[in-house]
Amino acid sequence: MTRDGRRRKSAPGRRAGTRARRGRGSLPKAPTGITGLDEITGGGLPRKRATLVCGGPGSGKTLLATQFLAHGALAHGEPGVFMSFEERPEELAENSRSIGVDLEDLRARKLLLLDYVHIDRSEIVESGGYDLDGLFIRLGHAIKTIGAKRVVLDTIEMLFSGLSDAFALRAELQRLFQWLKARGVTTIVTGERAGTGLTRHGLEEYLTDCVILLDQRVTEKQATRRLRVLKYRGSAHGNNEFPFLIDDHGLSVVPITSLGLDYPASTEHVSTGVAGLDEMLGNKGYFRGDSVLVSGTAGTGKSSLTAHFADAACRRGERCLYFAFEESMNQITRNMRSIGVDLEPWVRRGLLRIHAQRPTAHGLETHLVAMHGHIDQWQPNVVVVDPVTSLVAVGSELEVKLMLARLIDVMKSRQITVVFTSLTDTGGPPERTDVGVSSLMDVWMLLENLEARGERTRGIQIVKARGAAHSSQAREFALTDRGLALQ
Amino acid sequence: MTRRIARSYRLRLYVAGQTPKSITAIANLKRLCERELAGRYRIEVIDLLEHPHLARRDEILAVPTLVRRLPPPIRKVIGDLSNQERVLIGLGLQPADDEA
Repeated sequence: MTRDGRRRKSAPGRRAGTRARRGRGSLPKAPTGITGLDEITGGGLPRKRATLVCGGPGSGKTLLATQFLAHGALAHGEPGVFMSFEERPEELAENSRSIGVDLEDLRARKLLLLDYVHIDRSEIVESGGYDLDGLFIRLGHAIKTIGAKRVVLDTIEMLFSGLSDAFALRAELQRLFQWLKARGVTTIVTGERAGTGLTRHGLEEYLTDCVILLDQRVTEKQATRRLRVLKYRGSAHGNNEFPFLIDDHGLSVVPITSLGLDYPASTEHVSTGVAGLDEMLGNKGYFRGDSVLVSGTAGTGKSSLTAHFADAACRRGERCLYFAFEESMNQITRNMRSIGVDLEPWVRRGLLRIHAQRPTAHGLETHLVAMHGHIDQWQPNVVVVDPVTSLVAVGSELEVKLMLARLIDVMKSRQITVVFTSLTDTGGPPERTDVGVSSLMDVWMLLENLEARGERTRGIQIVKARGAAHSSQAREFALTDRGLALQ
Repeated sequence: MTRRIARSYRLRLYVAGQTPKSITAIANLKRLCERELAGRYRIEVIDLLEHPHLARRDEILAVPTLVRRLPPPIRKVIGDLSNQERVLIGLGLQPADDEA
Protein backbone atom coordinates (compact mmCIF):
# COMPACT_ATOMS: atom_id res chain seq x y z
CA MET A 1 0.00 0.00 0.00
CA THR A 2 2.69 2.50 0.97
CA ARG A 3 4.83 1.36 -1.88
CA ASP A 4 1.97 1.89 -4.27
CA GLY A 5 1.20 5.24 -2.82
CA ARG A 6 4.78 6.33 -3.24
CA ARG A 7 4.92 5.10 -6.79
CA ARG A 8 1.88 7.02 -7.69
CA LYS A 9 3.40 10.24 -6.48
CA SER A 10 6.88 9.65 -7.82
CA ALA A 11 8.14 11.30 -10.96
CA PRO A 12 6.30 9.57 -13.72
CA GLY A 13 7.26 8.21 -17.08
CA ARG A 14 10.73 7.86 -18.38
CA ARG A 15 12.43 9.30 -15.36
CA ALA A 16 10.97 6.71 -13.01
CA GLY A 17 12.08 3.95 -15.36
CA THR A 18 15.61 5.24 -15.59
CA ARG A 19 15.92 5.47 -11.88
CA ALA A 20 14.65 1.95 -11.44
CA ARG A 21 17.18 0.68 -13.91
CA ARG A 22 20.04 2.41 -12.22
CA GLY A 23 18.82 1.79 -8.71
CA ARG A 24 20.93 -0.16 -6.28
CA GLY A 25 20.62 -3.91 -6.61
CA SER A 26 17.87 -3.71 -9.18
CA LEU A 27 17.80 -6.17 -12.04
CA PRO A 28 18.67 -5.32 -15.59
CA LYS A 29 15.47 -5.01 -17.59
CA ALA A 30 14.37 -5.68 -21.13
CA PRO A 31 11.90 -2.99 -22.23
CA THR A 32 8.70 -4.29 -23.81
CA GLY A 33 7.83 -1.06 -25.58
CA ILE A 34 4.34 -1.41 -24.19
CA THR A 35 3.17 1.96 -22.92
CA GLY A 36 2.66 1.73 -19.20
CA LEU A 37 3.96 -1.78 -18.69
CA ASP A 38 7.56 -0.61 -18.70
CA GLU A 39 6.58 2.01 -16.15
CA ILE A 40 4.77 -0.41 -13.86
CA THR A 41 7.74 -2.76 -13.96
CA GLY A 42 10.36 -0.04 -13.66
CA GLY A 43 11.87 -0.67 -17.07
CA GLY A 44 10.56 -3.89 -18.50
CA LEU A 45 10.84 -7.64 -18.00
CA PRO A 46 13.74 -9.19 -16.11
CA ARG A 47 16.59 -9.54 -18.59
CA LYS A 48 17.96 -13.03 -19.23
CA ARG A 49 15.09 -14.57 -17.34
CA ALA A 50 11.75 -16.04 -18.23
CA THR A 51 8.47 -14.24 -17.60
CA LEU A 52 5.19 -16.08 -17.47
CA VAL A 53 2.32 -14.26 -19.15
CA CYS A 54 -0.93 -16.00 -18.40
CA GLY A 55 -4.54 -15.34 -19.17
CA GLY A 56 -7.65 -16.83 -20.72
CA PRO A 57 -8.24 -17.30 -24.42
CA GLY A 58 -8.23 -13.97 -26.26
CA SER A 59 -6.75 -12.07 -23.33
CA GLY A 60 -3.89 -10.70 -25.42
CA LYS A 61 -1.00 -12.97 -24.38
CA THR A 62 0.24 -13.60 -27.89
CA LEU A 63 -0.01 -9.94 -28.86
CA LEU A 64 1.90 -8.88 -25.76
CA ALA A 65 4.62 -11.39 -26.60
CA THR A 66 4.69 -10.27 -30.24
CA GLN A 67 5.07 -6.65 -29.26
CA PHE A 68 7.88 -7.58 -26.88
CA LEU A 69 9.78 -9.25 -29.74
CA ALA A 70 9.07 -6.52 -32.27
CA HIS A 71 10.15 -3.80 -29.86
CA GLY A 72 13.33 -5.67 -29.00
CA ALA A 73 14.14 -6.12 -32.66
CA LEU A 74 13.33 -2.63 -33.87
CA ALA A 75 14.20 -0.42 -30.93
CA HIS A 76 17.04 -2.33 -29.31
CA GLY A 77 18.57 -4.37 -32.10
CA GLU A 78 17.76 -7.58 -30.27
CA PRO A 79 16.63 -10.33 -32.65
CA GLY A 80 13.99 -12.72 -31.41
CA VAL A 81 12.72 -16.25 -31.81
CA PHE A 82 9.00 -16.84 -31.79
CA MET A 83 8.18 -20.47 -31.20
CA SER A 84 4.48 -20.94 -31.73
CA PHE A 85 2.76 -24.07 -30.53
CA GLU A 86 -0.68 -22.84 -31.34
CA GLU A 87 -1.10 -20.30 -34.09
CA ARG A 88 0.17 -20.91 -37.57
CA PRO A 89 2.57 -18.40 -39.13
CA GLU A 90 -0.20 -16.97 -41.35
CA GLU A 91 -2.48 -16.44 -38.37
CA LEU A 92 0.31 -14.87 -36.36
CA ALA A 93 1.21 -12.56 -39.21
CA GLU A 94 -2.38 -11.46 -39.60
CA ASN A 95 -2.95 -10.88 -35.90
CA SER A 96 0.33 -9.03 -35.58
CA ARG A 97 -0.65 -6.73 -38.42
CA SER A 98 -3.65 -5.67 -36.36
CA ILE A 99 -1.27 -4.13 -33.81
CA GLY A 100 1.01 -2.62 -36.43
CA VAL A 101 3.70 -5.30 -36.35
CA ASP A 102 4.94 -6.65 -39.68
CA LEU A 103 6.34 -10.10 -38.97
CA GLU A 104 7.27 -10.69 -42.60
CA ASP A 105 9.40 -7.57 -42.60
CA LEU A 106 11.11 -8.61 -39.36
CA ARG A 107 11.81 -12.02 -40.84
CA ALA A 108 13.17 -10.57 -44.04
CA ARG A 109 15.49 -8.35 -42.01
CA LYS A 110 16.67 -11.34 -40.01
CA LEU A 111 15.34 -9.84 -36.81
CA LEU A 112 12.86 -12.61 -36.22
CA LEU A 113 12.79 -16.34 -36.60
CA LEU A 114 9.38 -17.91 -36.49
CA ASP A 115 9.09 -21.60 -35.76
CA TYR A 116 5.67 -23.16 -35.79
CA VAL A 117 5.64 -26.38 -33.77
CA HIS A 118 2.92 -28.64 -34.93
CA ILE A 119 1.70 -31.17 -32.39
CA ASP A 120 -1.03 -33.63 -33.09
CA ARG A 121 -1.54 -36.47 -30.72
CA SER A 122 -3.28 -38.54 -33.36
CA GLU A 123 -0.06 -38.58 -35.37
CA ILE A 124 2.17 -39.64 -32.51
CA VAL A 125 2.48 -43.04 -30.88
CA GLU A 126 4.55 -43.37 -27.74
CA SER A 127 6.72 -46.34 -26.95
CA GLY A 128 9.04 -46.11 -23.97
CA GLY A 129 10.95 -43.22 -22.49
CA TYR A 130 11.82 -40.01 -24.33
CA ASP A 131 12.99 -36.51 -23.62
CA LEU A 132 12.61 -33.14 -25.33
CA ASP A 133 16.16 -32.80 -26.61
CA GLY A 134 14.71 -32.39 -30.08
CA LEU A 135 12.95 -29.23 -28.91
CA PHE A 136 16.09 -27.98 -27.15
CA ILE A 137 18.19 -28.52 -30.27
CA ARG A 138 15.56 -26.87 -32.42
CA LEU A 139 15.29 -23.83 -30.19
CA GLY A 140 19.04 -23.65 -29.65
CA HIS A 141 19.61 -23.73 -33.39
CA ALA A 142 17.06 -20.97 -33.94
CA ILE A 143 18.63 -18.78 -31.25
CA LYS A 144 22.07 -19.31 -32.74
CA THR A 145 21.00 -18.77 -36.33
CA ILE A 146 19.57 -15.32 -35.68
CA GLY A 147 21.60 -14.31 -32.64
CA ALA A 148 18.43 -14.06 -30.58
CA LYS A 149 18.32 -12.10 -27.35
CA ARG A 150 14.59 -12.57 -26.89
CA VAL A 151 12.47 -15.70 -27.08
CA VAL A 152 8.73 -16.33 -26.96
CA LEU A 153 7.21 -19.74 -26.31
CA ASP A 154 3.49 -19.51 -27.11
CA THR A 155 1.78 -21.62 -25.70
CA ILE A 156 4.16 -24.29 -24.58
CA GLU A 157 1.45 -26.06 -22.63
CA MET A 158 0.19 -27.36 -25.95
CA LEU A 159 2.90 -29.99 -25.49
CA PHE A 160 0.71 -31.57 -22.84
CA SER A 161 -2.01 -32.18 -25.35
CA GLY A 162 0.42 -33.86 -27.71
CA LEU A 163 2.40 -35.99 -25.30
CA SER A 164 0.92 -38.20 -22.62
CA ASP A 165 3.64 -38.40 -20.00
CA ALA A 166 2.77 -35.25 -18.06
CA PHE A 167 5.22 -36.07 -15.30
CA ALA A 168 8.17 -36.36 -17.68
CA LEU A 169 7.01 -33.27 -19.57
CA ARG A 170 6.99 -31.16 -16.46
CA ALA A 171 10.53 -32.21 -15.62
CA GLU A 172 11.58 -31.40 -19.17
CA LEU A 173 9.97 -27.97 -19.09
CA GLN A 174 11.72 -27.20 -15.85
CA ARG A 175 14.97 -28.18 -17.54
CA LEU A 176 14.05 -26.02 -20.54
CA PHE A 177 13.53 -22.91 -18.44
CA GLN A 178 16.87 -23.42 -16.70
CA TRP A 179 18.49 -23.95 -20.06
CA LEU A 180 17.02 -20.73 -21.45
CA LYS A 181 18.32 -18.80 -18.46
CA ALA A 182 21.78 -20.25 -19.05
CA ARG A 183 21.56 -19.08 -22.67
CA GLY A 184 21.11 -15.51 -21.47
CA VAL A 185 17.94 -14.86 -23.45
CA THR A 186 14.97 -12.91 -22.14
CA THR A 187 11.93 -15.11 -22.52
CA ILE A 188 8.17 -14.83 -22.42
CA VAL A 189 6.36 -18.10 -21.79
CA THR A 190 2.62 -17.86 -22.23
CA GLY A 191 0.18 -20.04 -20.37
CA GLU A 192 -3.53 -20.48 -20.56
CA ARG A 193 -5.41 -19.74 -17.41
CA ALA A 194 -7.51 -22.63 -16.17
CA GLY A 195 -9.41 -23.56 -13.05
CA THR A 196 -7.99 -22.28 -9.81
CA GLY A 197 -4.37 -22.24 -10.99
CA LEU A 198 -2.70 -19.62 -13.11
CA THR A 199 -1.93 -22.08 -15.86
CA ARG A 200 -3.38 -25.42 -16.86
CA HIS A 201 -0.25 -27.36 -16.01
CA GLY A 202 1.24 -25.32 -13.19
CA LEU A 203 3.99 -23.53 -15.14
CA GLU A 204 3.96 -20.89 -12.41
CA GLU A 205 5.80 -23.36 -10.19
CA TYR A 206 8.84 -23.14 -12.43
CA LEU A 207 8.60 -19.59 -13.67
CA THR A 208 9.02 -17.57 -10.54
CA ASP A 209 10.96 -14.52 -11.64
CA CYS A 210 8.09 -12.59 -13.11
CA VAL A 211 4.43 -13.40 -13.59
CA ILE A 212 1.98 -11.19 -15.47
CA LEU A 213 -1.71 -11.95 -15.50
CA LEU A 214 -4.01 -10.76 -18.26
CA ASP A 215 -7.71 -10.81 -17.77
CA GLN A 216 -10.69 -10.06 -19.88
CA ARG A 217 -14.01 -9.52 -18.20
CA VAL A 218 -17.30 -8.86 -19.78
CA THR A 219 -19.54 -6.49 -17.92
CA GLU A 220 -22.75 -5.15 -19.38
CA LYS A 221 -21.80 -6.66 -22.73
CA GLN A 222 -18.55 -4.71 -22.85
CA ALA A 223 -15.21 -6.42 -22.57
CA THR A 224 -12.62 -4.93 -20.26
CA ARG A 225 -9.01 -5.96 -20.37
CA ARG A 226 -6.90 -5.81 -17.26
CA LEU A 227 -3.25 -6.48 -16.53
CA ARG A 228 -1.60 -7.21 -13.25
CA VAL A 229 2.01 -7.95 -12.33
CA LEU A 230 1.57 -10.76 -9.82
CA LYS A 231 5.19 -11.31 -9.10
CA TYR A 232 8.50 -9.65 -9.92
CA ARG A 233 11.38 -11.06 -8.01
CA GLY A 234 13.87 -8.48 -6.85
CA SER A 235 12.00 -5.51 -8.20
CA ALA A 236 9.32 -3.17 -6.99
CA HIS A 237 6.26 -3.19 -9.18
CA GLY A 238 2.85 -1.60 -9.25
CA ASN A 239 0.56 -4.09 -7.60
CA ASN A 240 -2.67 -2.76 -8.95
CA GLU A 241 -4.80 -4.10 -11.67
CA PHE A 242 -4.47 -1.83 -14.68
CA PRO A 243 -6.93 -1.64 -17.52
CA PHE A 244 -5.29 -1.93 -20.89
CA LEU A 245 -6.28 -1.52 -24.48
CA ILE A 246 -5.24 -3.19 -27.68
CA ASP A 247 -5.36 -1.01 -30.74
CA ASP A 248 -3.49 -0.65 -33.99
CA HIS A 249 -0.45 0.62 -32.10
CA GLY A 250 -0.35 -2.42 -29.85
CA LEU A 251 -1.04 -2.81 -26.18
CA SER A 252 -1.12 0.12 -23.85
CA VAL A 253 -1.35 -0.11 -20.14
CA VAL A 254 -1.59 3.44 -18.99
CA PRO A 255 -1.04 4.27 -15.35
CA ILE A 256 -2.92 7.47 -15.78
CA THR A 257 -0.72 9.73 -13.70
CA SER A 258 2.26 9.18 -15.96
CA LEU A 259 0.81 10.71 -19.06
CA GLY A 260 1.47 13.68 -21.17
CA LEU A 261 4.75 15.00 -19.87
CA ASP A 262 7.29 14.39 -22.56
CA TYR A 263 5.81 16.48 -25.33
CA PRO A 264 7.29 19.55 -26.87
CA ALA A 265 5.15 22.41 -25.62
CA SER A 266 4.13 24.63 -28.46
CA THR A 267 4.19 28.37 -28.11
CA GLU A 268 2.07 28.84 -31.21
CA HIS A 269 -1.51 29.87 -30.61
CA VAL A 270 -4.69 28.62 -32.20
CA SER A 271 -7.85 30.71 -32.12
CA THR A 272 -10.88 29.31 -30.36
CA GLY A 273 -12.97 30.83 -33.13
CA VAL A 274 -14.66 33.18 -30.68
CA ALA A 275 -13.03 36.59 -30.31
CA GLY A 276 -14.19 37.14 -26.75
CA LEU A 277 -12.97 33.73 -25.69
CA ASP A 278 -9.52 34.26 -27.19
CA GLU A 279 -9.48 37.38 -25.10
CA MET A 280 -10.27 35.43 -21.95
CA LEU A 281 -7.36 33.14 -22.76
CA GLY A 282 -4.80 35.92 -22.65
CA ASN A 283 -5.94 37.32 -26.01
CA LYS A 284 -4.51 34.41 -27.92
CA GLY A 285 -6.66 31.31 -27.74
CA TYR A 286 -5.36 27.79 -27.17
CA PHE A 287 -1.82 26.60 -27.67
CA ARG A 288 -1.31 24.35 -30.66
CA GLY A 289 -1.46 20.76 -29.41
CA ASP A 290 -3.68 21.63 -26.44
CA SER A 291 -6.40 19.26 -25.30
CA VAL A 292 -9.49 21.21 -24.43
CA LEU A 293 -12.54 20.09 -22.51
CA VAL A 294 -15.79 22.00 -22.81
CA SER A 295 -18.30 20.87 -20.18
CA GLY A 296 -21.89 21.81 -19.77
CA THR A 297 -25.43 20.58 -19.42
CA ALA A 298 -27.68 20.12 -22.44
CA GLY A 299 -28.25 23.20 -24.55
CA THR A 300 -25.49 25.35 -23.10
CA GLY A 301 -23.77 25.90 -26.43
CA LYS A 302 -21.01 23.30 -26.41
CA SER A 303 -21.48 22.25 -30.00
CA SER A 304 -21.68 25.88 -31.07
CA LEU A 305 -18.33 26.52 -29.49
CA THR A 306 -16.76 23.57 -31.27
CA ALA A 307 -18.34 24.65 -34.56
CA HIS A 308 -16.64 28.04 -34.23
CA PHE A 309 -13.40 26.28 -33.51
CA ALA A 310 -13.76 24.05 -36.58
CA ASP A 311 -14.79 26.98 -38.72
CA ALA A 312 -11.80 29.05 -37.61
CA ALA A 313 -9.42 26.18 -38.37
CA CYS A 314 -10.82 25.77 -41.88
CA ARG A 315 -10.60 29.52 -42.45
CA ARG A 316 -6.89 29.24 -41.72
CA GLY A 317 -6.74 26.52 -44.36
CA GLU A 318 -6.22 23.80 -41.75
CA ARG A 319 -7.90 20.44 -41.70
CA CYS A 320 -10.48 19.61 -39.08
CA LEU A 321 -11.66 16.14 -38.20
CA TYR A 322 -14.98 16.15 -36.35
CA PHE A 323 -16.13 13.02 -34.48
CA ALA A 324 -19.84 13.30 -33.80
CA PHE A 325 -21.34 10.77 -31.43
CA GLU A 326 -24.75 12.28 -31.01
CA GLU A 327 -25.82 13.89 -34.24
CA SER A 328 -25.57 13.17 -37.92
CA MET A 329 -23.54 15.33 -40.24
CA ASN A 330 -26.68 16.94 -41.64
CA GLN A 331 -28.00 17.76 -38.20
CA ILE A 332 -24.73 19.39 -37.26
CA THR A 333 -24.44 21.53 -40.37
CA ARG A 334 -28.11 22.53 -40.16
CA ASN A 335 -27.93 23.47 -36.48
CA MET A 336 -24.77 25.44 -36.94
CA ARG A 337 -26.17 27.33 -39.88
CA SER A 338 -28.88 28.60 -37.52
CA ILE A 339 -26.23 30.39 -35.48
CA GLY A 340 -24.51 31.69 -38.56
CA VAL A 341 -21.72 29.12 -38.87
CA ASP A 342 -21.83 27.47 -42.26
CA LEU A 343 -19.72 24.35 -42.20
CA GLU A 344 -20.85 22.93 -45.49
CA PRO A 345 -18.40 24.82 -47.71
CA TRP A 346 -15.56 23.42 -45.65
CA VAL A 347 -16.86 19.90 -46.11
CA ARG A 348 -17.09 20.54 -49.85
CA ARG A 349 -13.61 21.98 -50.00
CA GLY A 350 -12.22 18.97 -48.19
CA LEU A 351 -11.09 20.87 -45.12
CA LEU A 352 -13.68 19.44 -42.77
CA ARG A 353 -14.54 15.81 -42.27
CA ILE A 354 -17.38 14.79 -40.04
CA HIS A 355 -17.52 11.22 -38.81
CA ALA A 356 -20.87 10.58 -37.23
CA GLN A 357 -21.20 7.35 -35.33
CA ARG A 358 -23.49 5.94 -32.69
CA PRO A 359 -21.24 5.28 -29.71
CA THR A 360 -23.05 2.07 -28.88
CA ALA A 361 -22.33 0.70 -32.33
CA HIS A 362 -18.93 -0.47 -31.10
CA GLY A 363 -16.89 -1.20 -28.01
CA LEU A 364 -14.41 1.36 -26.80
CA GLU A 365 -11.42 -0.29 -28.38
CA THR A 366 -13.06 -0.33 -31.77
CA HIS A 367 -13.81 3.37 -31.46
CA LEU A 368 -10.26 4.08 -30.48
CA VAL A 369 -8.84 2.08 -33.35
CA ALA A 370 -11.19 3.77 -35.79
CA MET A 371 -10.32 7.23 -34.50
CA HIS A 372 -6.60 6.49 -34.71
CA GLY A 373 -7.14 5.24 -38.21
CA HIS A 374 -8.89 8.44 -39.32
CA ILE A 375 -6.25 10.62 -37.69
CA ASP A 376 -3.42 8.62 -39.22
CA GLN A 377 -4.92 8.60 -42.62
CA TRP A 378 -6.05 12.19 -42.88
CA GLN A 379 -3.59 13.95 -40.59
CA PRO A 380 -5.84 16.76 -39.39
CA ASN A 381 -4.57 19.90 -37.70
CA VAL A 382 -7.46 20.07 -35.29
CA VAL A 383 -9.90 17.47 -33.97
CA VAL A 384 -13.31 17.72 -32.31
CA VAL A 385 -14.87 14.94 -30.25
CA ASP A 386 -18.52 15.77 -29.55
CA PRO A 387 -19.45 14.65 -26.96
CA VAL A 388 -16.87 12.52 -25.29
CA THR A 389 -19.40 11.57 -22.61
CA SER A 390 -21.26 9.41 -25.11
CA LEU A 391 -18.38 7.01 -24.88
CA VAL A 392 -19.03 6.56 -21.19
CA ALA A 393 -22.06 4.61 -22.27
CA VAL A 394 -19.83 1.92 -23.71
CA GLY A 395 -17.15 1.78 -21.04
CA SER A 396 -16.50 2.49 -17.41
CA GLU A 397 -15.25 5.91 -16.37
CA LEU A 398 -11.75 4.54 -15.88
CA GLU A 399 -11.66 2.95 -19.31
CA VAL A 400 -12.88 6.07 -20.99
CA LYS A 401 -10.19 7.98 -19.19
CA LEU A 402 -7.65 5.46 -20.35
CA MET A 403 -8.85 5.66 -23.89
CA LEU A 404 -8.77 9.45 -23.82
CA ALA A 405 -5.30 9.39 -22.36
CA ARG A 406 -4.22 7.23 -25.26
CA LEU A 407 -5.92 9.43 -27.80
CA ILE A 408 -4.47 12.61 -26.31
CA ASP A 409 -1.09 10.92 -26.33
CA VAL A 410 -1.30 10.37 -30.06
CA MET A 411 -2.61 13.84 -30.81
CA LYS A 412 -0.12 15.67 -28.62
CA SER A 413 2.75 13.90 -30.26
CA ARG A 414 1.48 15.29 -33.57
CA GLN A 415 0.65 18.75 -32.27
CA ILE A 416 -3.01 18.33 -33.03
CA THR A 417 -5.28 20.66 -31.09
CA VAL A 418 -8.36 18.80 -29.88
CA VAL A 419 -11.60 19.97 -28.32
CA PHE A 420 -13.76 17.50 -26.41
CA THR A 421 -17.23 18.37 -25.29
CA SER A 422 -18.68 16.79 -22.19
CA LEU A 423 -22.36 16.61 -21.45
CA THR A 424 -22.85 16.92 -17.71
CA ASP A 425 -25.92 15.94 -15.74
CA THR A 426 -28.37 18.61 -14.85
CA GLY A 427 -28.92 17.29 -11.35
CA GLY A 428 -25.51 16.99 -9.75
CA PRO A 429 -22.81 19.53 -9.22
CA PRO A 430 -21.71 20.57 -12.70
CA GLU A 431 -18.07 19.64 -12.38
CA ARG A 432 -18.30 16.22 -10.82
CA THR A 433 -18.51 13.93 -13.82
CA ASP A 434 -15.59 15.61 -15.48
CA VAL A 435 -13.12 15.45 -12.66
CA GLY A 436 -11.47 12.27 -13.91
CA VAL A 437 -11.24 13.36 -17.50
CA SER A 438 -10.33 16.98 -16.85
CA SER A 439 -7.00 16.05 -15.31
CA LEU A 440 -5.87 15.00 -18.77
CA MET A 441 -6.77 18.33 -20.29
CA ASP A 442 -4.79 21.50 -20.80
CA VAL A 443 -7.82 23.74 -20.92
CA TRP A 444 -11.12 23.17 -19.18
CA MET A 445 -14.11 25.39 -19.73
CA LEU A 446 -17.51 25.28 -18.18
CA LEU A 447 -20.68 26.40 -19.93
CA GLU A 448 -23.81 27.07 -17.88
CA ASN A 449 -27.39 28.07 -18.32
CA LEU A 450 -28.03 31.13 -16.25
CA GLU A 451 -31.46 32.30 -15.31
CA ALA A 452 -30.73 35.67 -13.94
CA ARG A 453 -33.27 38.49 -14.22
CA GLY A 454 -35.96 36.06 -15.27
CA GLU A 455 -34.36 35.47 -18.63
CA ARG A 456 -32.26 32.67 -19.86
CA THR A 457 -28.69 33.49 -20.74
CA ARG A 458 -25.54 31.47 -20.81
CA GLY A 459 -22.29 31.71 -18.95
CA ILE A 460 -18.76 30.59 -19.73
CA GLN A 461 -15.93 30.13 -17.29
CA ILE A 462 -12.37 28.97 -17.74
CA VAL A 463 -11.60 26.52 -14.94
CA LYS A 464 -8.05 25.97 -15.99
CA ALA A 465 -5.68 26.77 -18.83
CA ARG A 466 -2.18 25.38 -18.58
CA GLY A 467 0.58 27.80 -19.39
CA ALA A 468 -1.72 30.71 -20.10
CA ALA A 469 -2.75 33.80 -18.22
CA HIS A 470 -6.48 33.42 -18.32
CA SER A 471 -9.43 35.19 -16.93
CA SER A 472 -11.12 33.24 -14.20
CA GLN A 473 -14.13 35.48 -14.40
CA ALA A 474 -17.38 33.97 -15.58
CA ARG A 475 -18.69 35.75 -18.66
CA GLU A 476 -22.13 35.79 -20.13
CA PHE A 477 -22.65 34.96 -23.75
CA ALA A 478 -25.47 34.67 -26.23
CA LEU A 479 -26.07 32.48 -29.24
CA THR A 480 -27.02 34.90 -31.97
CA ASP A 481 -27.71 34.31 -35.64
CA ARG A 482 -24.17 35.57 -36.16
CA GLY A 483 -22.65 33.11 -33.77
CA LEU A 484 -21.60 32.87 -30.19
CA ALA A 485 -21.02 36.30 -28.73
CA LEU A 486 -19.52 37.09 -25.37
CA GLN A 487 -21.05 40.03 -23.57
CA MET B 1 -5.86 -60.00 -36.84
CA THR B 2 -5.24 -58.66 -40.30
CA ARG B 3 -1.91 -57.17 -41.28
CA ARG B 4 -1.08 -55.18 -44.30
CA ILE B 5 2.60 -55.16 -45.04
CA ALA B 6 3.95 -52.88 -47.72
CA ARG B 7 6.71 -53.83 -50.08
CA SER B 8 9.27 -51.46 -48.66
CA TYR B 9 9.72 -49.44 -45.47
CA ARG B 10 11.95 -46.43 -45.16
CA LEU B 11 12.47 -45.52 -41.56
CA ARG B 12 14.34 -42.69 -39.93
CA LEU B 13 15.36 -42.61 -36.31
CA TYR B 14 16.18 -39.19 -34.85
CA VAL B 15 18.42 -39.20 -31.80
CA ALA B 16 20.46 -36.60 -29.91
CA GLY B 17 23.91 -38.05 -29.31
CA GLN B 18 24.82 -41.48 -28.02
CA THR B 19 22.57 -41.51 -25.01
CA PRO B 20 21.39 -44.71 -23.34
CA LYS B 21 17.92 -43.99 -24.76
CA SER B 22 19.17 -43.66 -28.31
CA ILE B 23 21.30 -46.81 -28.07
CA THR B 24 18.33 -48.74 -26.73
CA ALA B 25 16.07 -47.34 -29.44
CA ILE B 26 18.46 -48.34 -32.23
CA ALA B 27 18.79 -51.87 -30.85
CA ASN B 28 15.03 -52.23 -30.37
CA LEU B 29 14.31 -50.98 -33.87
CA LYS B 30 16.81 -53.30 -35.56
CA ARG B 31 15.49 -56.32 -33.70
CA LEU B 32 11.90 -55.52 -34.55
CA CYS B 33 12.59 -54.85 -38.21
CA GLU B 34 14.54 -58.06 -38.62
CA ARG B 35 11.69 -59.98 -37.12
CA GLU B 36 8.78 -58.26 -38.86
CA LEU B 37 10.16 -56.68 -42.02
CA ALA B 38 13.21 -58.70 -42.98
CA GLY B 39 14.50 -57.69 -46.39
CA ARG B 40 12.06 -54.87 -46.93
CA TYR B 41 13.28 -52.06 -44.70
CA ARG B 42 15.92 -49.38 -44.56
CA ILE B 43 16.89 -47.52 -41.42
CA GLU B 44 18.61 -44.17 -41.36
CA VAL B 45 19.80 -42.84 -38.00
CA ILE B 46 20.05 -39.06 -37.72
CA ASP B 47 21.91 -37.43 -34.88
CA LEU B 48 20.35 -34.01 -34.37
CA LEU B 49 23.43 -32.79 -32.56
CA GLU B 50 25.22 -33.09 -35.90
CA HIS B 51 22.32 -31.79 -37.99
CA PRO B 52 20.44 -29.40 -35.72
CA HIS B 53 18.51 -27.76 -38.56
CA LEU B 54 16.72 -31.03 -39.25
CA ALA B 55 14.83 -30.78 -35.96
CA ARG B 56 12.81 -27.92 -37.38
CA ARG B 57 12.56 -29.18 -40.93
CA ASP B 58 11.35 -32.61 -39.92
CA GLU B 59 9.21 -31.43 -36.99
CA ILE B 60 11.05 -33.24 -34.21
CA LEU B 61 10.45 -32.39 -30.55
CA ALA B 62 11.01 -35.55 -28.54
CA VAL B 63 13.91 -37.91 -29.00
CA PRO B 64 14.21 -40.65 -29.91
CA THR B 65 11.65 -40.21 -32.69
CA LEU B 66 11.06 -42.88 -35.27
CA VAL B 67 9.54 -41.65 -38.52
CA ARG B 68 8.02 -43.91 -41.14
CA ARG B 69 8.74 -42.03 -44.35
CA LEU B 70 7.52 -44.76 -46.67
CA PRO B 71 4.95 -46.00 -47.28
CA PRO B 72 2.85 -42.86 -46.89
CA PRO B 73 1.42 -41.34 -44.81
CA ILE B 74 4.25 -40.26 -42.52
CA ARG B 75 3.89 -41.75 -39.05
CA LYS B 76 5.79 -41.06 -35.88
CA VAL B 77 6.70 -43.11 -32.84
CA ILE B 78 8.51 -41.45 -29.96
CA GLY B 79 10.44 -43.10 -27.16
CA ASP B 80 13.14 -45.77 -26.85
CA LEU B 81 10.80 -48.22 -28.65
CA SER B 82 10.82 -50.61 -25.69
CA ASN B 83 7.12 -51.32 -26.09
CA GLN B 84 7.18 -53.35 -29.29
CA GLU B 85 3.43 -53.58 -29.60
CA ARG B 86 3.17 -49.77 -29.62
CA VAL B 87 5.88 -49.58 -32.27
CA LEU B 88 3.95 -52.00 -34.48
CA ILE B 89 0.86 -49.83 -34.07
CA GLY B 90 2.87 -46.74 -34.85
CA LEU B 91 4.29 -48.26 -38.00
CA GLY B 92 0.87 -49.44 -39.06
CA LEU B 93 1.81 -53.08 -38.78
CA GLN B 94 -0.97 -53.94 -36.39
CA PRO B 95 -4.49 -52.61 -36.11
CA ALA B 96 -4.69 -50.01 -33.38
CA ASP B 97 -6.16 -51.15 -30.11
CA ASP B 98 -7.00 -48.60 -27.45
CA GLU B 99 -6.43 -51.11 -24.68
CA ALA B 100 -2.91 -51.88 -25.86
